Amino acid sequence: MLRQFCYLLLAVLVTGCAAQPTKADKQEKAAAATSGPATSNTPLGAQAFYPSTYKVPPTQPTLIRHATVLTGTGTRLDGADVLIVDGKIQSVAPGLQAPANARIVEGEGLWVTPGIIDVHSHLGDYPSPAVEGNSDGNEATSPSTANVWSEHSVWPQDPGFRTALAGGITTLQILPGSANLFGGRSVVLKNVPSVTYQGMKFPGAPQGLKMACGENPKRVYGDDKHEFPSTRMGNVAGYRAQWAEAREYLRDLEEYQQKLATGGKEAKDAKPPKRDLKLDTLAAALKGDILIHMHCYRADEMATILDMSKEFGYHVAAFHHAVEAYKISNLLAEQGVCAAMWADWWGFKMEAYDGIPENIAFVDAAPGGCAMVHSDSEEGIQRLNQEAAKAMAYGARAGFNIPPERAIRWLTANPAKVLGVLDRTGTLEPGKMADVVVWNRNPFSVYALANLVFIDGVVRYDRENPGVTPESDFLIGQPAAPGVDR
Amino acid sequence: MKAFLSVLVSLVLTSGLQAAPAVLIRDATIHTMSSAGTLEHSDLLIQDGKIAEMGHGVNAPAGAEVIDAAGRPVTPGLFGGLGRLGIEEIGIEPTVDDYSLKLGAMRPEFDVTAAFNPDSVVLGVGRLGGVTFAMLAPSAEAGGKGAAGTIIAGQGSVARLNGAVVPMAHALFIDVGGDASTLSGGSRAAQFMLLQQAFTEVRSPKSFLQGDIRVLTPGGRQALQSYLDGSAPMVFDVDRASDIRQVIAFAQKEKLRVVVKGGTEAWRVGPELAAAKIPVVLNPLDDLPQSFDAVGATLENAARLNKAGVKIAFSLDDPEPHNIRKVRQTAGIAVAHGLPADVALAALTRNPAEIFGVGATNGSLERGRPADLVLWSGDPLEVSTLADRVFIQGQAQVMRSRQTELRDRYLQKLRANAAR
Repeated sequence: MLRQFCYLLLAVLVTGCAAQPTKADKQEKAAAATSGPATSNTPLGAQAFYPSTYKVPPTQPTLIRHATVLTGTGTRLDGADVLIVDGKIQSVAPGLQAPANARIVEGEGLWVTPGIIDVHSHLGDYPSPAVEGNSDGNEATSPSTANVWSEHSVWPQDPGFRTALAGGITTLQILPGSANLFGGRSVVLKNVPSVTYQGMKFPGAPQGLKMACGENPKRVYGDDKHEFPSTRMGNVAGYRAQWAEAREYLRDLEEYQQKLATGGKEAKDAKPPKRDLKLDTLAAALKGDILIHMHCYRADEMATILDMSKEFGYHVAAFHHAVEAYKISNLLAEQGVCAAMWADWWGFKMEAYDGIPENIAFVDAAPGGCAMVHSDSEEGIQRLNQEAAKAMAYGARAGFNIPPERAIRWLTANPAKVLGVLDRTGTLEPGKMADVVVWNRNPFSVYALANLVFIDGVVRYDRENPGVTPESDFLIGQPAAPGVDR
Repeated sequence: MKAFLSVLVSLVLTSGLQAAPAVLIRDATIHTMSSAGTLEHSDLLIQDGKIAEMGHGVNAPAGAEVIDAAGRPVTPGLFGGLGRLGIEEIGIEPTVDDYSLKLGAMRPEFDVTAAFNPDSVVLGVGRLGGVTFAMLAPSAEAGGKGAAGTIIAGQGSVARLNGAVVPMAHALFIDVGGDASTLSGGSRAAQFMLLQQAFTEVRSPKSFLQGDIRVLTPGGRQALQSYLDGSAPMVFDVDRASDIRQVIAFAQKEKLRVVVKGGTEAWRVGPELAAAKIPVVLNPLDDLPQSFDAVGATLENAARLNKAGVKIAFSLDDPEPHNIRKVRQTAGIAVAHGLPADVALAALTRNPAEIFGVGATNGSLERGRPADLVLWSGDPLEVSTLADRVFIQGQAQVMRSRQTELRDRYLQKLRANAAR
C-alpha cells in the first residue's frame, strides 16, 4: 500500500489547508496526471476517483438588454444590460454593445438575478416517484455514517431537477438525511441534465458534512430501536466521541505525512494509521476541507453545538432549518455562522413549535447576519423566490426594510458563500459563471415565473420553448405524463 | 352524545351572536364572490355581527370604528382546506395527535370533531393568515406498531377559526388508490369491494344470514345511513385517473354526493367529473410524479379542470394544520399557470363553502349574512400581501397569535442588542 502511495496527491493535500474551493480541482487534475495506480488513502484523496465530468458546451454570447438587474452583491440596477460571453458574466451596465453573433434578449419589464442556489435539497436521493426502491436519502443503520456520500445515491433522472430548474435553480447541494448524528458527505450539483451524477457535479466545489441535532437521531435510534442515542445529551456525547477519535486520526495521519516528508529511514519505516472511511470525512471536516452543515432547530441546541465546535476546533458553515435562529440571531452573526431557513413552515414536531415567519428577517437584521432561504422539499425548491417574498413581507411588518436587492442574496450569494463557490457563482460579477435567471417580473411575487435560465451561459430552460430541457427518462413513454409543457 | 352536541351548540352561540361595536370599512375593493361581483371604492358596514350594508356612501353609526381601506381588497374569509386543525397541536406526538383511528375495523361512526381543541395555538396562526374556516378531516393510516386503520378514515366537520365547529356540516373521508392498498388487504381492487359490502350492510340488511361476516358495527351502519341520501358529502382521497373513474362509477351507482380530494390526475378525467357534478379539492402545486398514481401531475391541473367545467377548491396536500395560510399562495400559483384570478379566489371561498355545506354563512359577502371577511394589505393572492383585519362570524379578531408574541419578545432583544 505504502509503495503505491501517490506522492503528487499527498503533496497537494499537505500544502493546501483552508477550504479553498480550487483544491479539489487541483486534486482532480493531479489524479488525472498520475499515470501509475493512484490511491484514495487520505481524507480527501478519494474525491479524485469520483471526478466531475461536467463540461460547458460552447454557446453564442448573450446580451440581455434594459432589464432590472439584482446583481446579488446588494445592488439593483434599473434599465441595465447583462453581457454573457464564453459562459461567463462579461459585464453588467447600461448601454452595452452586443457582439456580432450575440443572442439578444429584450429585457424591458423583466428582472434578472443570479441563478438561484438551494443549500438544502434531497433531489435525486429522495426522488419522485417516492417508492421504496427509490428511498436513498438516509443511511439510518448507525448514528454515525460519516462514510457515506450523498452523491452515491443521486438518481439524475429525478423529475424534480427539471421542475426546480423552471424555478431558477442553477446550483443545489444534495445532503444526506437527518436520521444520524453524522449523516455523511454532501455534494454540490449544477442543475444540468445528465445521465450520470458526475455530469452534474459542480467542478471543484468542496463536499459538505451533514450532521443532525435534536429529535431525529434520538427518535430513529432511541425510540424506534432502543439504541444509543435516545436523548439530546446522548446526541452530544455521540458527536464528541467521534470528534475525539477524528482528532487522533488526523494527528496520526499528519505525523505519518511528516515522516514521509522527512525522507530517509523515517519515511521508510513510516506506517499510515489504519484506513477508516468515517474518520476520513471527519478529519477533512476538522481541517476545513469539508464544510459542516448542521441540522438544528432549537436555539439552545445551536449554542451547544457552537461550544462543541470550539472544543474540537472546527467551524460550522451553517445551521439548517434553524427555526429558532431568531432567538440567537446576534450570536450567530458574531460567530460568523449562517442559517438556512424556511419562510413559514413550523409545528410539524415539538422542536419546530416556536417557528415564526419573521425568522429569516431577524437573522438578516443582526449586524453581520447571514440568512439563507432553503427548501428541503421538491416543491419548495421550485419557488425559493416566493419563500423569500413571504419573509420580506413578514419582516416589513416587524419593521425591517428589506429591498429586493438585499433579499436576493438569501438565495444566491449567501448560499454560494456557504457552499464555498462564491468565487465562481452566486452574483453577477464579471468573470463568474453565467448562472442567470430572467424573470417575467419582480421575482418576489406569486405570479413570477422564470422566462430563461442560463447555466454557464447556456440556456437550460426556456418557458417559451420547454423542449429545451429534456424530460426525465422516467416520464418518457408514460401514457399519463402531461408532456414537457406541463 | 347529547352532552357533546350541546357543547358544540354553545360554542356556536357564543362565537356568533355576541354583540360587538359596529365597524365601517370605507373605500374598499369588495370581492363579494356573489352575483354582485366586485365592488370598487365601496363601503361595508358590520353591525350586530352582520353585514348591514355594502355600497357607496354608507354612513357610520355613532360609536362605530371606521377603517379607511384606501382601496385595499376585502374578501370573504378563506377556507383552510381539509386537515387536522385543532386535532394535531404538533406533529409526531401521540398525546396531541387525534386525527386517526387505528382499531383495525371499519368505523365510519368515528367522528374526529370530538377531539377538536378550540384553544389550539394553531387556530390563531391560521386566523392571522386570513383563514376563517376549514374542514376537520381524519386520516386513514396504516398504524405502525399497533392495529391499522381502514380505508374509511371517519367523519369530520367544518370548524371556524374562532374555535366553533359547525356540527351539521360533516363529511365522511375515504382513502383509495395505491397509498391505501395497505389499508385494504394489499390491493386497491379490494377497496370498492369493501365499500360495496359496507353499503350492502346498510341498504340490504336482510341479505345477510346469521353468521355472515360484517364489516360495520350497528353504529357504523347508522353513521353510513346519513350519507346514502346525498345530504352530506363523501370525500374520496384519490389521484390516479383510473381510480377517479372508479369513484365516479361508484358514486353514480350508489347515488352518492362525492367530492374528490387530491385529484392529481383529475384533469385527465375533467369532462367525466363535470358531467357527474363532482367537485375536486386539489393542491395546485402538485406537479411531480411523486407516486405511480400521480404520473400525470401538472401545474395546470386547476386551470384545466376549470376549463372542463369542474368546480374546484384548494387544500394543501399536507393535512398538518400549521401552515394552512399557505393555501392562498397555491391559489396565486394556479393563476400564474392559467387559472382566472376570480376562479382562484372562488376556490378559496365560495366553492369550498358550498361543497361542504356552509354556503349560507361562508364564502361570499351578502347583506344580512354574518360578517366573515378579511381586509388585505394588497392583492389577496399575492405572497407579499398580509391580512390587516379579520372578522369571523361577526367578530373582529385580535390580530395576535402565539407567533406574534414570540416575535415581539425577541424583537426587543434583537433591537436592544443592536443598539449596544
